Amino acid sequence: MSAVAALWSTSIGKKAVMAVTGIVLVGFVILHLAGNLKIYLGAGAFDAYARGLRELGEPILAYGQALWTLRLILLAAVVLHIVAAVQLTLTSWAARPVAYTEKEAVAATYAARTMRWGGVILVLFVVYHILHFTLGAVGYAPGQFQEASAYRNVVNGFRVWYVSAFYIVAQAALGLHLYHGVWSMFQTLGVDARSNGVYRGLAVVVAVVVVVGNVSIPLAVLGGLVK
Amino acid sequence: MNLTLKVWRQKGAGAPGRFVTYEARDVSPATSFLEMLDAVNEGLIARGEAPIAFEHDCREGICGSCGFVINGVPHGPRRGTTVCQLHMRVFEDGDVLTLEPWRARAFPILKDLVVDRSALDRIIQAGGFISAPTGSAPDANAILAPKEDAERAFDAAACIGCGACVAACPNASAMLFTAAKVSHLGLFPQGQPERWDRARDMVRAMDGEAFGSCTNMRECEAACPKEISIAFIARLNRDLVKASFRPRRAAAAAGV
Ligand code: HEM
Ligand code: SF4
Ligand code: FES
Repeated sequence: MSAVAALWSTSIGKKAVMAVTGIVLVGFVILHLAGNLKIYLGAGAFDAYARGLRELGEPILAYGQALWTLRLILLAAVVLHIVAAVQLTLTSWAARPVAYTEKEAVAATYAARTMRWGGVILVLFVVYHILHFTLGAVGYAPGQFQEASAYRNVVNGFRVWYVSAFYIVAQAALGLHLYHGVWSMFQTLGVDARSNGVYRGLAVVVAVVVVVGNVSIPLAVLGGLVK
Repeated sequence: MNLTLKVWRQKGAGAPGRFVTYEARDVSPATSFLEMLDAVNEGLIARGEAPIAFEHDCREGICGSCGFVINGVPHGPRRGTTVCQLHMRVFEDGDVLTLEPWRARAFPILKDLVVDRSALDRIIQAGGFISAPTGSAPDANAILAPKEDAERAFDAAACIGCGACVAACPNASAMLFTAAKVSHLGLFPQGQPERWDRARDMVRAMDGEAFGSCTNMRECEAACPKEISIAFIARLNRDLVKASFRPRRAAAAAGV
């Protein structure tokens, strides 16, 4: 049995898979934020970035090839992350069939206690997000979504206040997931636990930067700063 | 001082249980929690009722027998303290205390506040040992252990197997216990030959019991009467991942 199969067959190994796929997803979230912030450079820069993503790797790779490879890696990471999360969650739920009448959370943070349902919110958000900004299938008047005009799509999309509100709520969920997850990753992978304070600090920085950066965009559109 | 106790009463394994309210009168703040229960039990016996069953042995915080949940916190409100070492002075006159057994599928209730923790013993049996020649006593300083490693090994070895970590964990995971047991041997030179097999075998035994899976909530560390750090869980995680990439000792010896 290969090492990876041996790992996957243990609870700790499944957690390690969640941590490694977590690193991939955190990396994606940070790069995605860097791309999103180009909205402040105006329509030209933003649309060039959207086009550039598809031309990535040319001329060695064909148009869209690198982007699709990245998408498949991300998809694999998300699937593994969720499969491990679901399996481990079911084990944990089965492990306490009778709940305490009274139970106090002495140390667990709100973020740690909401990883699972927060994760479910993230799945729903990711699905909506793809249907919305990538495919234009929801949230637009007929004919309003133009594949080649990413900037206009973002502005038109966020002008609908309840769409913006949903994005902001989802970012709050993401921030909580990152606040626990980025710290948890180090613990799960057994990186020297004596530097816990550093990992905690890193988790705070990642969570705050991602949430503030992403939330600023719908707010800027609603406030008329980006139009 | 006077207290009201809401105690989980259950006649036996599998029997239905319920909370029963008792009054504890004229409790001296200098008594321990278990002495207070002894006094309540004497009253119950005098009235011809069954005393509240709870486990205990050393009553000095070293054997790991005692333990139940007081107002939602395993071993009660004082950090780093077993319930036998908890004194009534930490409570106030008129307090209402809910006493509940450890709740986990891996720890079936035997009676009232007593649970069966043999699942923890089975984890130890799977690898919580070293192989050493018996017979003549070895030379005391033949094998040198670095001071820092010895200190950390002793920190892990302080685990008394009470099960409060499982009780406190929202996932009913036994990771802190298993990590402590794997680490206190794995940190010593004598524990090296079996280090990787031990991590693998004890984790497999842990997974084979009805425990849940750790999500790094840190409730265990806060509840542990010996204040075992989750740094040992990180160490166990690391050892298990490394172990997965190594052949078993038996397999290695056979040249596989
Ligand atoms: C898509 C649905 C998702 C679900 C259902 C989900 C669920 C979970 C759960 C249950 C945990 C375990 C909590 C713990 O053990 O501490 C976790 C950990 C984690 N998640 Fe997610 N998550 C999702 C998406 C994401 C995303 C989008 C990211 C990246 C931004 C992410 C990053 C992480 C990280 C870094 C960890 C820590 C891994 C570890 O504990 O070692 N997750 N997730
Ligand atoms: S790790 Fe602490 S709480 Fe868990 S069994 Fe050992 S002494 Fe008890
Ligand atoms: S009775 Fe021995 S630790 Fe409490």
